[in-house]
Amino acid sequence: MADVTLTVDGKKVTAPAGTLLIEACKTVGIEVPSFCYYPNLSLQGACRMCLVKIEKMPKLQTACTTVIGEGMIVTSDSEEIKQARKSMLELLLGNHPLDCPVCDAGGECELQDMTFTYGAAESKFMEAKNHKDEQQWSPVVFFDRPRCILCYRCVRVCGEGMDVWALGVQNRGVSSVIAPNREDHLECEECGMCIDICPVGALTSGAYRYKTRPWEMKHVGTICTHCGDGCKTTLGVRRADTGMEIVRGDNRDKSGTNGDFLCIKGRYAFDFANHEDRLTQPLIRQNGKLSPATWEEAFELIGKTFAEIRDSDGGAKIGVIGSTRTTNEEDYLLSKFARVVLKTNNVDHHRTADFPALASALRGKEGATASMAEVFTAPAILLIGNDPTEQHPLLAWQIRNNVRLHRARLYVINSNSIKLRRQATSFVQIEPGMEGQAAAFLAGSDAAADTLANSSTKKEEWIALRDKLRGEQNLVIVFGSEIVGDGLAKLVKFGSAISGAKFVCLADYANSRGAADMGLYPDLLPGYHSIVGNSQFHQEWGEIPQAAGLDLPGMVEAGKAGQLEALYVVGSNPVGRLDIDPFTFSKSFVVVQDMFLTETAVIADVVLPAANAYEKSGTFTNTCGDLQLVKKAGEVTGTKSDFEMIVRIADAMGFEMRKLVPFGGGTRADMGQSRGAQSGEADRHAVWLEAHGLEPKMSPFDPTAILDEIQRLVPGYDVSRVNLLSGNSEHTSLAEAGTSAAHKPESVSPANDSLFSSGTLGRYSRALNSVSESHEVKTAEVSAD
Amino acid sequence: MVPHYPTKRSALVPTLLYAQDEVGFLSDEVIAELAGRLDLTELEVRNVISYYSMLTTKPRGKFNVQVCTNISCLVRGGEEILQHCAKKLGVGHKGTTPDGLFSLEEVECIGACSWAPAAQVNYDFHENLTTEKMDKVLDECRMKA
Amino acid sequence: MASLVSHPDEVKVVTRRFGQGATNIDRYLELDGYKAVQKALGMEPDAIINEVKNSGLRGRGGAGFSTGMKWSFVPKQSAKPKYVLCNGDESEPGTCKDRLIFEHDPHAVIEGVMIAALAVGAASGYIYIRGEYRYLSVIMQKAIRDAYAKGFAGKNIFGSGRDLDIFWHGGAGAYEVGEESALMESLEGKRGIPRIRPPFPAVVGLWGGPTVINNAETLASVPHIMLGGAEWYAKIGPPKNGGTRLFCLSGNVAKPGVYELPMGYSLKKMIYEVGGGIPGGRKLKAVVPGGSSTPCLTADEIDINMDFDSVAKAGSMLGSGGVVVIDDAQCMVKFALRTMKFYQHESCGWCIPCREGTDWLKKTLMRFHAGGGVKKDIDNMQYLSENMLGRTFCPLGDAAAMPTIAFVKKFRNEFEDHLEGRPCPFEKAGAAEEMAALAH
Ligand SMILES: Cc1cc2nc3c(=O)[nH]c(=O)nc-3n(C[C@H](O)[C@H](O)[C@H](O)COP(=O)(O)O)c2cc1C
Ligand code: SF4
Ligand code: FES
Repeated sequence: MADVTLTVDGKKVTAPAGTLLIEACKTVGIEVPSFCYYPNLSLQGACRMCLVKIEKMPKLQTACTTVIGEGMIVTSDSEEIKQARKSMLELLLGNHPLDCPVCDAGGECELQDMTFTYGAAESKFMEAKNHKDEQQWSPVVFFDRPRCILCYRCVRVCGEGMDVWALGVQNRGVSSVIAPNREDHLECEECGMCIDICPVGALTSGAYRYKTRPWEMKHVGTICTHCGDGCKTTLGVRRADTGMEIVRGDNRDKSGTNGDFLCIKGRYAFDFANHEDRLTQPLIRQNGKLSPATWEEAFELIGKTFAEIRDSDGGAKIGVIGSTRTTNEEDYLLSKFARVVLKTNNVDHHRTADFPALASALRGKEGATASMAEVFTAPAILLIGNDPTEQHPLLAWQIRNNVRLHRARLYVINSNSIKLRRQATSFVQIEPGMEGQAAAFLAGSDAAADTLANSSTKKEEWIALRDKLRGEQNLVIVFGSEIVGDGLAKLVKFGSAISGAKFVCLADYANSRGAADMGLYPDLLPGYHSIVGNSQFHQEWGEIPQAAGLDLPGMVEAGKAGQLEALYVVGSNPVGRLDIDPFTFSKSFVVVQDMFLTETAVIADVVLPAANAYEKSGTFTNTCGDLQLVKKAGEVTGTKSDFEMIVRIADAMGFEMRKLVPFGGGTRADMGQSRGAQSGEADRHAVWLEAHGLEPKMSPFDPTAILDEIQRLVPGYDVSRVNLLSGNSEHTSLAEAGTSAAHKPESVSPANDSLFSSGTLGRYSRALNSVSESHEVKTAEVSAD
Repeated sequence: MVPHYPTKRSALVPTLLYAQDEVGFLSDEVIAELAGRLDLTELEVRNVISYYSMLTTKPRGKFNVQVCTNISCLVRGGEEILQHCAKKLGVGHKGTTPDGLFSLEEVECIGACSWAPAAQVNYDFHENLTTEKMDKVLDECRMKA
Repeated sequence: MASLVSHPDEVKVVTRRFGQGATNIDRYLELDGYKAVQKALGMEPDAIINEVKNSGLRGRGGAGFSTGMKWSFVPKQSAKPKYVLCNGDESEPGTCKDRLIFEHDPHAVIEGVMIAALAVGAASGYIYIRGEYRYLSVIMQKAIRDAYAKGFAGKNIFGSGRDLDIFWHGGAGAYEVGEESALMESLEGKRGIPRIRPPFPAVVGLWGGPTVINNAETLASVPHIMLGGAEWYAKIGPPKNGGTRLFCLSGNVAKPGVYELPMGYSLKKMIYEVGGGIPGGRKLKAVVPGGSSTPCLTADEIDINMDFDSVAKAGSMLGSGGVVVIDDAQCMVKFALRTMKFYQHESCGWCIPCREGTDWLKKTLMRFHAGGGVKKDIDNMQYLSENMLGRTFCPLGDAAAMPTIAFVKKFRNEFEDHLEGRPCPFEKAGAAEEMAALAH
């Protein structure tokens, strides 16, 4: 758009035509105050804080609704304007309870800040304030009317941003009040966006309210550990008897790809970390019972047993199951540890997407995957399968708001009438299981159209849809776990004929993509390099077994047949999640690293209490392939990171450490000095060093040493370290992925998590449980009458 | 003639008023029904209802006595009429008599300024009121009941 | 229902057919009905607009904007349908004139809407009538039905080949929806929250289409202009203030009523001659010249002509034509309180200064009138009102602030008389308590 030039407070400002004055002012560092204006939400002009003087206009004008004009002369700061702003504040404070000392928002309150700036401290009013009791609207949302300044941000973010429309305004005049959709409670997606966007403490979080003051917390911006979207969440952490307690999750600095957005999990479901069932001591099975032991005993026993099995019967008798919630560094390390130390290729994880198929379909195609950010800017999106609103809330937000703000065209093909159909230009419902057929049809098979055609969509309509899609440019094609193997290849074939098309393959857990990229497969090394061959990994890692190992079902079979002598499970609960008979591994020596005594942990011979992603440093790769920094918020006493535990086991097996972790000038003594409860010390040290831009990689527990190796060896991961460490997301590429082997698409098994569940982890989140309970009760009530 | 509009929701306010005249107030059922018919959420319907002073979600008396006390009526004794009604009916602003016959409301200008003081009983205007005239109006209501 | 009055000084234009059975369409036709719209059908849209412009007709809804000019802002071409919207929300305290027009001459409104529609190229017109005027909706609906039956409205009106639909719409009690953009919101089935402007309704209005919004009296004047001619109409009033005005004379006058007087008629004469003066041997204290939102004039300030420009020069506004006469038995503090109670009740609540300002003013005035006032309250009320003025989202905030500033400035002595716990000097003993018991 053409540029417009105007003058604000004597400064020349140039901005594209159509820019709002308030935004144009920002570009030259002039901050016009506002409560109701919020970027990307509809304009209100209600709070009147942004009044400015525009020459030739008789009255003060709202900068938030004024579009800049050529030659406009604006004054943003004068006695008249100051007085106007001050009087707005006086009026607001007139009815405000002024309970700042106990208010959750105290110290982070826009009304406080504004009052400080404009000084409306003297009260002009003698009358009693209007009072209304505080209300609880949901397990996580509380509302305090007297504190509300009616900026309508909550109403808009809920409606426009989330497409939930659970908040409204009732009554009028001074009795106006924000109201929930079910008279006295909310029925919504419980995202808490309303709380975060509230400039004051009117909406407060059930998880955080009255717990602490903002300045008593340490704030750590890290990546959410739940779904595969990779939202940045800023954790508010304080010290506790257990070492630390996370008391808040939000996205106040909006620096993540998620911008404003966080769903219920990112915002509240950190509470599993302080669950009372958390393991804080290693357990060793003695006389059939898991009994507390020391770390040294545990590592010694594991090291000895693993080494014995490897040396007597061969590594192939050991199975390794990795995690979809551990860091890339841990996944890479585990993959390497299995091949190099344990000498086994029996490596797998809970697969929820067919990334190997994607990698092989996209090999050689530069820039063929879309980042999460691009989903918000793409001119057109095709969504096949999945229900992003439930399973990929950020992706749903990106799509929804892309449609709303940029008028993107959204094409949805789904077996359910998913909520995103409301944003769709075109929605086609298919029979469940027909997603692959749809891909085949798009790729050119007209025969598939016959099987697809149904009462709601005729063959011609399918053809019209395909023609429309072919006419798009820069289409982003998003698909769920319904599309695997051959279907996936077909879809890529279809998309590759569209100029600028990019793909997003949806996987369910926080680091599912990382687990795949880092090679937690029986037949694939990191970067989808085949285990058979002579990749860089073969060259650098030293001797590794060459035949494909057992996948998870294979390990189960081997366990049943008594052929699996040891099973090493890192941060995964296959017994619980994949419905595996717990007696399958009764003949195996089972080692489990986990936070809780899961269905898998209870059958273990050794259980090691693990730290979670909020308690360690490293990186995650989201489902789009965006690499992001995971920052340690603190640690819970008595736990260790999976990284450290893998290293310690390798050490106990007598492995030469530098061959596993290429750390710097450290010595064996460094890592031997585990100091019990403070064993995370080295890692914390690393966090500090990292925060200061120093990376000596002195310790074998320093994940950065492995990150170096990942960036060096895993194709597509050599992204800007500076950007990564600055907290930005860096998109990785699959263009140079290895020549991945043939795969079993049927091994993809979706997690089927909803907005209110999160695998095993979710079971330990009080926030998620209370919300899903309250939602279940309501459904029951409805169906009863 | 049914008024019609390019959007469904435009019919909301008149429809609410009709429904209220039928049922006496806007019950949860009415709200749910109208929301369904006009493709709105119940919340949206409630937001609208609560905005308009003639719409109510609570039952009122059979005769809703609305006395204007706004400026033109004020200077011609509107408040006396209101107080008189309050005494006679034994209820205050927005109160309803125990027999459910009357409710009383102090209202804003009803457009009868040149014939002040004035009141409306349901939709009927009563103008140039005196306390005696008001008595008669109320008595007639009682007879009709 | 509402009784009619008359006075020899009246110039009956809009009220010409009052009391003559013109609700009956055949009777209306006998009284030159539907001739104007037929004439308009034979004219170019620009010619209609020019005629109205030249007549000096200014909006009777309050702001007094040139009607012809307003119509000319509507774009000729528009992708979305255009609309004419008749504002019959009439809720400004002191105003009861549109009610009479709907009651006595509903077809004139329809005709006015039709002419406006022809002028701007709209194919439908909506007549919005406040909910309390239920009986008028009945009259209006019948009139519309009759016009359709005769082929005057609907398809192919008067055999002209043009289609023009007329609809009626009822409100449900809210002063703010009289404000033009809130009116559109209300008609769209929403809360009556005004819209951000620009865009103005003439460009983006009802359902997104260009929309002309005029007061019922404005529109009812149009057919007469079409028949009588712009020149004739303009000459009735002083320059730039064409025609007549329905003045709603109310309050402490001997003969209250709605009088149609030429624009620029003397306020003094209106009170003392037309209205028959102040009854009961009382003296005039103040006049609210154009509905509750206009600043009052003291007894010394009434020697003015009632046209837009003269009243503006006197520091007030002609507004909606509601002339409220206040005698010396009235307490101005109480009058101010009642006025503010209204705005507090009717504020839509959207913007801070109006929502909070009206509430604090009402609360302060209540305490003040009840004898709990302190000296600084008087300045505070002025400070508050002046800080609302010109800073609210829509003019309702101004409508609340302007009269308050005038009350405080012009009757400061009466405010001071209430200080130090003194009971209101105008109140009967015990009356305040009785009202307080009813207060809400
Ligand atoms: C708070 C408020 C209430 C209003 N109420 C009315 C009303 O009841 N009737 C009316 O005709 N105009 C009312 N107006 C004026 C309208 O906004 C608009 O100016 C008018 O309908 C235009 O018609 P006109 O040009 O014929 O005067 C009101 C304005 C405001 C700010
Ligand atoms: S001034 Fe503000 S609160 Fe008052 S009616 Fe207008 S928009 Fe609503
Ligand atoms: S920011 Fe402009 S009015 Fe609120």
